Amino acid sequence: MRDDEIASWISDARTAFDGAVDLDALKIARLAHIGDKSPISLASRALGSMAPEDKASFGKLIGDAKAAIASALAEANATLEAERDRKVLLEEVVDVTLPVQRTHRGGLHPISIIRNEVSDFFIEQGFSVEEGPELESGWLNFDALNMPADHPARTMQDTFFIEPLESGMVLRTHTSPVQIRTMLTQAPPIYIICPGRTFRADELDATHSPVFHQVEGLVVDKAITMAHLKGTLDNFARHMFGPDVTTRLRPSFFPFTEPSAEVDIFFNNRWIEWGGCGMVNPMVLATCGIDTDVYSGFAFGMGLERTLMVRHGITDMHDIVEGDLRFTRQFGVGL
Amino acid sequence: MLTPLSWIKEFVDIPASITATEISDALIRVGFEVEEIIEKGSNITGPLAFAKVLSIEEITDFKKPIRYVGIDCGEGTTRFVICGATNFVVGDMVVAALPGAVLAGNFTITARDTYGKISNGMICSVRELGIGDDHAGILVLNSNDVEIGADAIVGLQINDVIFDVSINPDRGYALSIRGMAREVAGSLGLKFRDPVDALRKLEFKESGQGLRAKIADPSTASVFYLRTISNFDPKATTPLWMRRRIEKMGMRSISLVVDVTNYVMLELGQPLHAFDTSKIKGGLIVKRAGEIQAFTTLDGQVRQLDPDDLMVCDDEKPLALAGTMGGAFSEISQTTTDIALEAVRFDPTLIAKNSRRHKISSEASRRFERSVDPSLAEFASARCVQLLSAHSSAQHVATAVAGEPRYAPVVTIDPAKISTILGIEIPPKKIAEVLRVIGCDVDEKNFAVDPPSWRFDLVTVSDFAEEVARMIGYDSIPSLLPPRPLHASMTPDQKRRRAVASMLASRGLVEVQTFPFTNQATIDAMGFTGDRAATYRVSNPMSEEFPLMRVHLVPGLIEVAQRNINRGAKDFAIFEMGSIFRSSKKLVPAISPQLSARPEQKLIDEIIASVPPQGYHVAGVLVGKVENEDWQGKSREYNWTDAIALAEDILELCNLKWTVARSDLAPWHPGRCAELIIDGKAVAHAGEIHPRILEAYGLPARSVAFAVALNALPLSQLVRPIKVGTMPAALQDVALIVDEAVNAQSVEAALREGAGALLESITCFDRYDKIGDGKISLAFTLTFRAPDRTLTADEVSAMREAATAVAFAKCGAVVRTA
Repeated sequence: MRDDEIASWISDARTAFDGAVDLDALKIARLAHIGDKSPISLASRALGSMAPEDKASFGKLIGDAKAAIASALAEANATLEAERDRKVLLEEVVDVTLPVQRTHRGGLHPISIIRNEVSDFFIEQGFSVEEGPELESGWLNFDALNMPADHPARTMQDTFFIEPLESGMVLRTHTSPVQIRTMLTQAPPIYIICPGRTFRADELDATHSPVFHQVEGLVVDKAITMAHLKGTLDNFARHMFGPDVTTRLRPSFFPFTEPSAEVDIFFNNRWIEWGGCGMVNPMVLATCGIDTDVYSGFAFGMGLERTLMVRHGITDMHDIVEGDLRFTRQFGVGL
Repeated sequence: MLTPLSWIKEFVDIPASITATEISDALIRVGFEVEEIIEKGSNITGPLAFAKVLSIEEITDFKKPIRYVGIDCGEGTTRFVICGATNFVVGDMVVAALPGAVLAGNFTITARDTYGKISNGMICSVRELGIGDDHAGILVLNSNDVEIGADAIVGLQINDVIFDVSINPDRGYALSIRGMAREVAGSLGLKFRDPVDALRKLEFKESGQGLRAKIADPSTASVFYLRTISNFDPKATTPLWMRRRIEKMGMRSISLVVDVTNYVMLELGQPLHAFDTSKIKGGLIVKRAGEIQAFTTLDGQVRQLDPDDLMVCDDEKPLALAGTMGGAFSEISQTTTDIALEAVRFDPTLIAKNSRRHKISSEASRRFERSVDPSLAEFASARCVQLLSAHSSAQHVATAVAGEPRYAPVVTIDPAKISTILGIEIPPKKIAEVLRVIGCDVDEKNFAVDPPSWRFDLVTVSDFAEEVARMIGYDSIPSLLPPRPLHASMTPDQKRRRAVASMLASRGLVEVQTFPFTNQATIDAMGFTGDRAATYRVSNPMSEEFPLMRVHLVPGLIEVAQRNINRGAKDFAIFEMGSIFRSSKKLVPAISPQLSARPEQKLIDEIIASVPPQGYHVAGVLVGKVENEDWQGKSREYNWTDAIALAEDILELCNLKWTVARSDLAPWHPGRCAELIIDGKAVAHAGEIHPRILEAYGLPARSVAFAVALNALPLSQLVRPIKVGTMPAALQDVALIVDEAVNAQSVEAALREGAGALLESITCFDRYDKIGDGKISLAFTLTFRAPDRTLTADEVSAMREAATAVAFAKCGAVVRTA
C-alpha cells in the first residue's frame, strides 16, 4: 500500500462522484469508492494485520483519505439533490388559486353578533348580563313597572296574551321584567344589562317584527343622576356607531322612568331614534323595596334589530327574520 | 295630532323670522315628537277669487257634459270659463282660478280656446285647491261666508303649515290647540294668550227651564255641565273658517252643532256631546249601564252593553256611551231645534274601559283616557254656546251643574332634589320660573307647587324634575360616567352558550332565529305527543295560523330549511338557540299585589313560581351533502352520524361525560335516533329526521337533526388533569364477532373494563356486517401505556386477553381469527 495509491483512490472517487449524472449513478459510485468492497474499505480492514509501527502512520493516511472521499461524496450529493429538486419539484407545481374550500360556510345570526358585542362592551364596564323568561307574568311585565291595568301606556304596547287570560301571563313586551326580577332579588348597587327576545303584536313589515330583541340597561346606586345616564349612553353609542356619533336626549314618556327621554343618534347625517331611557321612577324602585332616599337609578332600552339595521344599512326586516343563509353568512362570526 | 300653525298663532305671536323647522325643533325639545311638517298650499299661487255663478250654458256636442259658465269675480264684467263639473247652479259661490294662477300639481291656468269657446280661467275642485281629496265636483261655498272677488287663498286658508305631532299618554292636555300653543310659547320663550281667560267672563241669561244634570256615582265623573239650548235653526251652516280648521285637523265637517262641539274639543281639549232634547225623557244622568242590553251607537252599530259601561242616560234609557260615542237615537238630526249640550269630566280609567270593551277609539275617548282639564267642562261648554249663538239663532235656556271639578293636589318639593336627579345645579329661582311657564303656581318660600288644572301627572319631585329638564333643555345636562363597579363577567351558562354557537358556526352551521310560534297541525305532523306536545296558546296571535308556542326547535329549523331549499339552496346546515314552551304546569290566576311598596316575600315567590319554566335548547338540521362538491370530486351526504357527532361535540365542549343509547323519539327516525345521557337523564337527541316529515316538507331523504337541552346540562367541573405519560405506548388490535343487536358502546365499555388501568384509549376502527348469521364484526385498537416503564409484549398480551374475556362475558363477543 503506497501513498500514491491512496491518493489515487481519492482522486478516482472524486472523478467518479463528479461524473455521476444523477443520484442513482452517485449511489453506484459511492458503493464502488467508499462501499464495503471499495479499496479504501479493504485497506482499512487490512490495518488490523499490519505491524504496529506501520499501523499508526497508515491508519492516519487512510482515515484522512476516507474523510476526503466522504466530503467529495457529500459535495456531489448536494449538487445532485439540488438539481433533482429543481427538476422534480417544478414538475409537481399546482395551481394554488383553485378553490379549496369544500366545507360549508357557517355563521352567527347578526342579532347574536350584536348582542354579544353589546354584552362584551357592558361587561367591560362592570355590568352583569341578566336574563329572564319570554313568557312572563303580567305583574312583572307591566304592574311593577308602574303600568297598572287600564293604564293608557299599556295600549302603547300591543301585547300578546296567553290563555287563560286570568293567568295574566304575556309574552314579554320588553326585557324590563328582568330589571324587576333583578331588583327584587339583588340589593343595590345594581349594574346590569338585559338583552333578550321581546314580543309586540305588530305586523311583520320592512321595519317591524312581532318578535324582536332588545337590550336594556339598569343602574341603581347611590347618587346616580341623569348625567350618568347621558354619559353611559354616549359611551355606548360611540361603541356601536363609531367615535363620531352624537347623541341627543328628547323628553318623552314611559311609566317606569321619570324624567323620561328618547335617545337619538346623529348617524349618516341624520337624526335617528335609537331607544328610550330615563331615571327609574321612584315608584318602581319602591315596589322593588329599594330605599329611594338612598338610591336612585337610570334605565335605557334599545331594539337590537333597529341598531343592526341603522348601523349596517339594512332596509328590510324580512332579511333578519327569514333565516336565509345568503343573508346571515355575510356576517361570518362577527369578527 | 295634526296641528295647524295658523291656529297656534291665534294664541302665540310667533315672529315671522321663526321658521316651521325651528318651531318643530322647539316642540321636539320639550318632548313632542313632530312626525312630519306638512307645508300646505306652498305649491298654489293666485290669483284665486271667490266668484258667483251668473249663467250656465250647457254644451251638448261632446261625449261628456261641458258647461260654459259666466261668473262674477268682482271685476265689473262677467268672466266666462269652461267647466266639466255639474254640481252647481246659478247663484252658487265658487272658487275661480284666473289666468296666471298655479294649482296643485304645478297646473298653470291660462286663457285658452277649448270646446269651441274661450275659457278665461277655471272653477276649482277641493283637490285642485290642495285642501282635500274630493274631485267629484267643484267646491261650492255658502254665499254668506265669502265675498265676491275676495282672495280665496286667504279665505280658504290654503297656505298653512301643519305639524303632525305624536302626543305621549301623560300629556292629554296637548291634544288641543290650547295645549300645543302653550308648549310652543314655553319652548320659544314667547307669550301665550290662554283662550280660556276670555271664557271666564262669559255669562248667559237663563231664559227658561233647563234639563237636570246628575252624576250617580262621584267616582265616575267629577263635574257635569249641561247647557240647554233652544231655538236652533237646523238650516244654519258651519262658517267656512271653522270648517277649514276642523278639516285641517283631520276631521270632517258634519253639521253646525256637531262641528261646533268638535271645534271646541280641538281648540280646548274638552270633548262634548250634543243631544236632541226632544229625545230626552227627564234629565241627563251619568251612570253605569247596570245590565246587559242592546244599544245603537251613532255609527249605526248595535252593541251589547256591559253592566260596567259608563253611560249618559235620561230618566229611562242610556243615550250615549260616555266619553266614547253618542247614541243613534238622540243624535242631532236635520230637524233638531232644541239641544242639550253635555260637558263632563269623566274618570279616565272608566272611559279607557268603555273604549276597550267596545273597541272604539274616538277623538273623545282618546282625550278622556288621558285626563281632561276638569275646569274645561264649564268653559268649553260656554265656548260652544258662544259659537252656536254667534252662527245661528240658538239661544241659551239654562245651565245645570252636577258635582265640581277635582284638581291635582298641591305638592311641596325640595328644589335641591331636582338638581340631584338631573345632575346639574339649577337655582331654585330658575326652577320656580320654569314651573310657572308650564302653568304651576309656585310659593318660593316653601316650594309648595300647585299644578295647573290640566296636569294630573305632576305628583312627585321626579315629575317636576322632568318639567324642569325639558324646559331648560335636556342638552344642558352634562355627560358623566357612573362609578364603575369592580368586576363583572358572563355566567358559566352564558359563556357556554356563546362557545356552543361559535363552535357550530365554525363547523359550517349557519345560525337562524325563528319566531317561537307554531300550530297544532305542525305539532301533530312532527309526531309530538303527551307532555312534549302540550303548550301555551296565544289569545290574540298575529295570525290564526300560528296560535301556539313552540315545543321544540327542530320544526322551525325544518321550515327554514324548506324556505332555503325553495330559494335554491341544496347542501347546508343550520342551527338555532332559544326557548321552548312546553306547558309543564297549569297557569294559576294572576297574582297582582299593590304597587309602590315591596310585596311580601311570599307573594314575590308566588309570582316568580307562577311563571312556567321555559327550556333553553340548541338544535340543528343538516341537509344534503357534507361538503360543497367541486373539482376535487364528490362529497358524501349528511347522515345520522353527523347529527350525533355534533350533539356529542356540544357535550364535549362543555367537558361533560355521557353515554349513548338508542331512542325512539319524535321527530326522528325510530331506528336512527340516539339519546345522549348524563346522570341518567337524556339531555340530547340526534339522528335522522323521520322520513314522513322529510317528505312532507320536501327536504332531501336522510336529512338529520340534533337537539340539546342546554338548560339540562350540569355545570362543568373544574378540570384536575392527570400527568401525561412519556413512556412508549403499546397498540393492540382486536376483532370481535358479536350479535348484530349488540351495540358498539357496550362492547367498547366491556373491553375498557377488562383492559385495566393501563388502557389509555380505545378506538373502533372497523365494523363489518357481511358475516351473515345475524353476526357482525367490530374491530378495536387498544392503546396501553404505563407511566413508569416500557410495557413488555407479555404484559400487553395479557391485558388484551383480559379485555376480550370481559367482552365475551358481557357481550358474547368472540375474538375473530383470521
